[in-house]
Formats: sequence, C-alpha cells, structure tokens
Amino acid sequence: MGKRVGMEVSIAVSYAVGLARAEAIAAYPITPQTHIVEHLSSMVANGELEAEFINVESEHSAISACIGTSAAGARTFTATSSQGLALMHEILFIASAMRFPIVMAVANRALSGPLSIWNDHGDIMAARDIGWIQIFVENGQEAFDHTVMAFKIAEHSQVLLPTIINMDGFILTHVVEALELVDQEMVDRFLPSYHPRHYLDPKTPVTMGAFAMPEIYTEVKMKHQVTLMNAYDKITEIWQEWGKLTGRDYQPVERYKTQGAKILLLTMGCLSEVAEIAVDELRAQGVPVGLLKLRLWRPFPLAALREAVAGAKILIVCDRALSLGSATAPVLAEVRSAFYSLAKRPQILGYVVGLGGRDVSPEAFKEIVAQAQTEAKEGSSEEFHLFGVRG
Amino acid sequence: MSKPLDQMTWQEIELGGLLREPGSARAYRVGDWRSQHPVWTKSRCIRCGVCWTVCPEPAIIEEPGGYFDMDPNYCKGCGICAKECVTGCISMVPEEE
Repeated sequence: MGKRVGMEVSIAVSYAVGLARAEAIAAYPITPQTHIVEHLSSMVANGELEAEFINVESEHSAISACIGTSAAGARTFTATSSQGLALMHEILFIASAMRFPIVMAVANRALSGPLSIWNDHGDIMAARDIGWIQIFVENGQEAFDHTVMAFKIAEHSQVLLPTIINMDGFILTHVVEALELVDQEMVDRFLPSYHPRHYLDPKTPVTMGAFAMPEIYTEVKMKHQVTLMNAYDKITEIWQEWGKLTGRDYQPVERYKTQGAKILLLTMGCLSEVAEIAVDELRAQGVPVGLLKLRLWRPFPLAALREAVAGAKILIVCDRALSLGSATAPVLAEVRSAFYSLAKRPQILGYVVGLGGRDVSPEAFKEIVAQAQTEAKEGSSEEFHLFGVRG
Repeated sequence: MSKPLDQMTWQEIELGGLLREPGSARAYRVGDWRSQHPVWTKSRCIRCGVCWTVCPEPAIIEEPGGYFDMDPNYCKGCGICAKECVTGCISMVPEEE
C-alpha cells in the first residue's frame, strides 16, 4: 500500500513525527540524534509542519519545556541521546509521574567516560526506572512505524504515559534504508488529534506537580506502577491495529526460528538482525538455536517472555550495557528474576556485547552460542561474560 | 479535600496527582514544626506591617487596631519577622512543652 523509498532513518523518524502532527517540539542537538531534530527544525521553519519548535540551551531545559507544552495540551515530541538523556534524568521521572504523553526518540549511545559517541544501551539502562514506556526498534521501518504508534500509545486515555523509542545510534540512525511510508490520510485516521483530560486553563485552574506527604507518596507510586503494567494491553492492541492497516505486526517479544529451538538468544535493537544471520547459519549446521527479540522493555513483558522461552534448555541474554558494580547485567538480571519462581526454567546465561560502538558480527553470536553450550554443561565461575574483552 | 490523605487508596488518586481544589496546603498544620515563636512588644510596634510582608508562610495576622500576631497553626518559628522588624519589637521565644 505505502510508497517504498530509501531514506536515512533519522529523517524517517522526523517524517513520522510530522505525519503524527506533533504540535510542540523542544530538543537540543546531540550526536547521534542531531539529524532528527535538525530535520524537524527545518520542517517547522519551512512551514511543512505546523508546530512550535522551542530552541533550548540544554536537554534539562528541553524536557522541562516538553512538560510545559504537554501541560498546555499540545502533542509533544523530543529526541536525545546519551549525555543528553542523562542531563534530562531528574525531569524524566516528573514527566511520567505527571502523566504527560510526551514521545521521545533516543538514539542509543554509550555514556562517558571515556567519551564515546558510539552505540550501546548504557544510556537507556541508566534511565530504566523513569516510569516511561520503553520500546526498542531494529530497523528503519520499525523506527518509522513505532514513532507514529508511540503517540497513540502515550495518549491513550487509560495509559497517558510518556514513551521512548530506542534506536541504536549511528548503526541505525545514520543509515539509509528502504522503508514503506504511510500517507497522511491513514495516519490521521489512525491517530486522531490529542484531547488532554487536563491541561493548563485559566478557566478551570488546577494544581499540577504538587508535593506529596509520606501519607500519600506510596499510593501515588502504586497507581503509576499499575498503570504502566496495565499499559501492556493497550500497547499490543495499538500494534495490532497498525498491523491490520500496514501488514506489519509487532509483538512485545518477537520470535525468530524458535520452533524446536533448544538454545535461544535474546537481543534488543539492531543486534537482532545480526543475530538472525548467525541463527540461519547455525540452523543450517543443525544447531537447534532460535532468537527472541525483546521489543518492549517497559512495561516488562513477563508473561510473553515466559511463553516464548518455554521448551528451551539454554537462554542466552545479550546485554549491550553494563551495570557497574552489579554481579549481573541489566537485562540479564531482569530475565533471570522472571524465571526464578518457575519450577521448569532454562539455564540463563549472560553475555555483554558491543559496548561503546564495538562491532558485533554474526561470528560473535556463533561463538557465544558455542561458549554457552560448553558453559551449560560444565558450568562457569562467572555470572556473566563481557564478550571479547582483552586480557 | 474530598478525603483525608491517610485514608485515600491508590485507586482514588487523581491522574498525575492533580489537585482540583486550591488551598489544599491549608490542611498541613506546619505550626507543629515550631521550636520558637515571635512575641510582639506593642509599645515599640509602629504597625508598619513589615513582619506581615516578609512572613513566607504567611502566618502573621493583622489584628483590629493594626497590630500583628502570629497564627499558631502555620507559624514555623523561622524568625524572619524578628530579624526584619524595623524597630526590633519582635523577639523569638522558645516553645515550652
């Protein structure tokens, strides 16, 4: 149905924001997210997008301005990466607690130091607990689709939570990919204009962002937790609706050649496409390996993951971030705890790969699968492995 | 406020902790925090109202006749009024308990 074009993924994300008719954008340029906001800025300047583009002096101000525009009732978008996400940190919690449906693209990049502009997931893992919906995409088409869908998810009356689309910096944001665009008319039907339940209006004054005494803080947090977990159903409903319109189906945990797989790799983001190549080659050699792609990170898809893993003997979790000082790695820890209470569970092994832009090849995944098979038999003194580290 | 905070369940919390009624902070009697309170010496008070102006709470009440006193429910005992008083007619007196 849609037109197939070649487009830089950052530009495709900007284009999606335009199709979603974002009304307010506040962002600060940071590598490798810059092309997204740069392009949006020119779309606004050229009159292609009727939105308020707020130039700010930092990411702390960018997300604060987004809270302001969202509180005023505008459909709001921002984008950042790494140090920028870190600079937003304290405000990110406030945006979700105040239930503002801001959509943010995060071009995932390693955190300093040492200074690195290249890709890993260290930035978003440090912002794991901010109370936002967090989605990972694998290629340009997904980055485009999920940017449009994120607005509908965030603004759903039973969700009303800000949403992050994670896309790997450079290796996804800066590549030109073939993707199928959708037209404005379809997006307008899919995504009606945003009608906030509450917004700043002198006619009906309200207090937003009041402080909470110890008597009530726990209840406020419980409501946030329950709402975020319950958002799962709405997210999958909206993905299904998009699937019917475009033929592109998305799942919280996606499966690749998992039929009869005794060994499963689990990856997020761009790594998944590389892992697919390794799985194809290993399958051809008769190794019963499959791949799970964790698309939805928050809310954590506990039931879907358990279901997808059922039957596997070895589950290899590939993290693209470290949790310094932890005995384990961020995704590994969560996956292990997801299976702890089950009587029948696979051996769950962890590999941290691709830090600070280090390339991860299909050969790397093949080596990881081979190592994991040995480890599953013989055991290991380590809780996880930092794959490829010298020394 | 519709219900005392310590009885409210999580299901009853407004979206995003939104408050529809103004002045809800009135329910918090911050006067409980006080370890000292201001006492005015009327003979030296010129009724200028500086204490009333600078009180951050505000917990200073103007009385008939134009003199001032503290509101015991909300005075935290910070002492700004005593510090700023033009004639020095306010002294901070420790609470007795």
